[in-house]
Amino acid sequence: MMHIKHEAEERHVLTVTVDNEAGILAKIAGLFTARGYNIDSLTVADITENHAVSRITIVTHGPPSQIDQIHAQLERLVPVHKVVDLTESGPFVQRELALIKVAGMGEKRVEALRIADVFRAKPVDTSTSSFIFELTGAPDKIDTFVAIMRELGLVEVGRTGVVGMIRGAEEA
Amino acid sequence: MGARFRMLPDWRVWHRVEKEWVVSEERSGANILVESLAKQGVEFVFGYPGGAVLPIYDALFGEERIRHILVRHEAGAAHAAEGYARSTGKPGVVLVTSGPGATNAMTGIADAFLDSIPLVVITGQVPTALIGSDAFQEADTVGISRHCTKHNYLVKDPADLAAVVDEAFQIATTGRPGPVLIDIPKDVQIAMAAWSDAPPQRRQRYAPRTQGASEEIEQAVEMIAGARAPILYTGGGVINSGPRATALLRELQKKTGAPVTSTLMGLGAFPADNPDWLGMLGMHGTYEANMAMNQSDLIVCVGARFDDRVTGRLDAFAPNSRKIHIDIDRSSINKTVPVDLPIIGDCAQVLEQILDVWGDRKAQDLTGWKGRIDTWRERKSLSFPANADAIMPQLAIERLFELTKDKDPIISTEVGQHQMWAAQHFHFFSPNKWLTSGGLGTMGYGLPAAIGAQLGNPDSLVIDVAGDASIQMNIQELGTATQYRLPVKIFILNNEWMGMVRQWQELTYESRYSNSYSDSLPDFVKLAEAYGWKGIRIAKESELDAGIQAMIDYPGPVIVDCCVHNEANCFPMIPSGAAHTEMILYGDTVAGTMDDEAKALV
Repeated sequence: MMHIKHEAEERHVLTVTVDNEAGILAKIAGLFTARGYNIDSLTVADITENHAVSRITIVTHGPPSQIDQIHAQLERLVPVHKVVDLTESGPFVQRELALIKVAGMGEKRVEALRIADVFRAKPVDTSTSSFIFELTGAPDKIDTFVAIMRELGLVEVGRTGVVGMIRGAEEA
Repeated sequence: MGARFRMLPDWRVWHRVEKEWVVSEERSGANILVESLAKQGVEFVFGYPGGAVLPIYDALFGEERIRHILVRHEAGAAHAAEGYARSTGKPGVVLVTSGPGATNAMTGIADAFLDSIPLVVITGQVPTALIGSDAFQEADTVGISRHCTKHNYLVKDPADLAAVVDEAFQIATTGRPGPVLIDIPKDVQIAMAAWSDAPPQRRQRYAPRTQGASEEIEQAVEMIAGARAPILYTGGGVINSGPRATALLRELQKKTGAPVTSTLMGLGAFPADNPDWLGMLGMHGTYEANMAMNQSDLIVCVGARFDDRVTGRLDAFAPNSRKIHIDIDRSSINKTVPVDLPIIGDCAQVLEQILDVWGDRKAQDLTGWKGRIDTWRERKSLSFPANADAIMPQLAIERLFELTKDKDPIISTEVGQHQMWAAQHFHFFSPNKWLTSGGLGTMGYGLPAAIGAQLGNPDSLVIDVAGDASIQMNIQELGTATQYRLPVKIFILNNEWMGMVRQWQELTYESRYSNSYSDSLPDFVKLAEAYGWKGIRIAKESELDAGIQAMIDYPGPVIVDCCVHNEANCFPMIPSGAAHTEMILYGDTVAGTMDDEAKALV
């Protein structure tokens, strides 16, 4: 009898600088599906004044050999200028923005607002029975906040996915 | 057409090239494409017309610089372009229509991608305004080809075409070669844009690394100089790198004395009559090549990629050897086999760097190592039993080789047992003579590839070694050879089976021959005659030499239907999931079954 085996996996944050041309996002996303890699989150926006270059941040997980292949395969795409594995290159900052809608009355409503204050989450919309909080932070901070809000009337969560950058003065 | 393009007849306009105002004419997108192809030195375009490429076909009408070769099916166009590219070292160009034209060509494009063959594929597309509307003969060609091209484009403005074509040729032919696809909507072919004879202005964004780092080269030289049991494991990268890589490989071998084996794709880079030639390695490689890989203390991999057909079971692959891997594609490094020293660069350049550093060093005494190799050679792993009643397919290839070798022929193949027998029993002495579908394993490759090779090498003897099943996959291309008076030869090893499928069913599924019998075969001799070819049937061993000689002597195209032993199998063989040391040779008991783990491997 044969069973499918699984290897130990690592989480890596990659930034990919690309020519901002038609189909490039599909090329990258498709590369991950075609070769059986995982995407945990993916963010993309252009970062130059003339809209010529985009920066994509991809969070992926897989065995170390696969992470190395992901790096090499991304570099192989012609419109890709640079791939940086932030997890490999040392300490880095990662931030994510989330919008979290919570509904409730009375004590729960007050508690939600109080905890939002502790997390420095900002109410960006309010009604007599609900809040939308805006929260920025590392993914685990957002995870924790969402977990607490679940007990206090969580309605909906929207997250941007991670954007990351190497710490220090140097460009990655 | 709206405001985006001006669709006016030939109209001279002023435009700016590097701050200088120059006068130039406007031309249609189709015209710009044809001019750009001519500028690249394209001699042949392999294609098939259709609605979405009619403007390009009109631009080709009466064009004297570029010869269009009309195939009979778009898959044939892509394979013919591959055969042309592989045999000449120049990029192959394909032109097909939208929708089915593009999807039919896709197999050949995927084939070129896996075997690193430089192709530029032009596909027509429905007009820009209809893209996404499920228009007649619309397919998302860029989407479909995304992962089987090295790069692809959808051109939305004829003003971009010259730069796109220029970049496409650069990408297809430099770095690790591969297919590049340009999808051109019909309105973009018709619309006008400024044209100038000056080289197109474009960004230089593709610059693959070709030189090895000097510290890597020094380390490589030290590892090679210190090895007591080294082996050179060479692949298609040596051929792709060009004839200089072949010459440098031979020089390095001479200086180091290391024995050489090659992948299927690399045959011809090292001459098969050299005493240090071990033959092909891998699943159907020789016993000595696989044992030498397994027992070596240093593997120098030059332009090969540790394919699963080469390594056998990974955890048992060359367990005690250090490994140097020279490859132009970084993603080939450590993909399946971890190596000690990767060198990213072009084979020729890196080999030259290694030879420079090597200088006048003396190689280790390899007598002991070569003595061990000789004991493996004595197993004579390519031998096969004689048969009084039927022609052994291996014998047919041996005779084909003996009778044609003086003509330095180009051999293409289809895929299956006949392909492996040709790789084992035909011998090659120079690059670009062996055209086979290695990575994708595409049945139907050989005949169109032979046609492309014959066009690129009009004075060569080009032979497609085929099987009875494979040849039927692109049999319609017989008409192409007839039309262009190409004297290609097809040598069918006819055993009335999909032989390799039958062999695997024998080995792993207790001889349950599910759908592997070639029923209702055509009469290949009559088929040849129907297409204006000569047909020759060889039914007995006594007719073999005369039949082959008649094929060679006939000035036009010939099909030889060589009826061979129906049940001969291809040995030696490393069965699925086995190690190099567990080869099956002729005479071993092989019928049976396999566990699920082995069955699950490709």
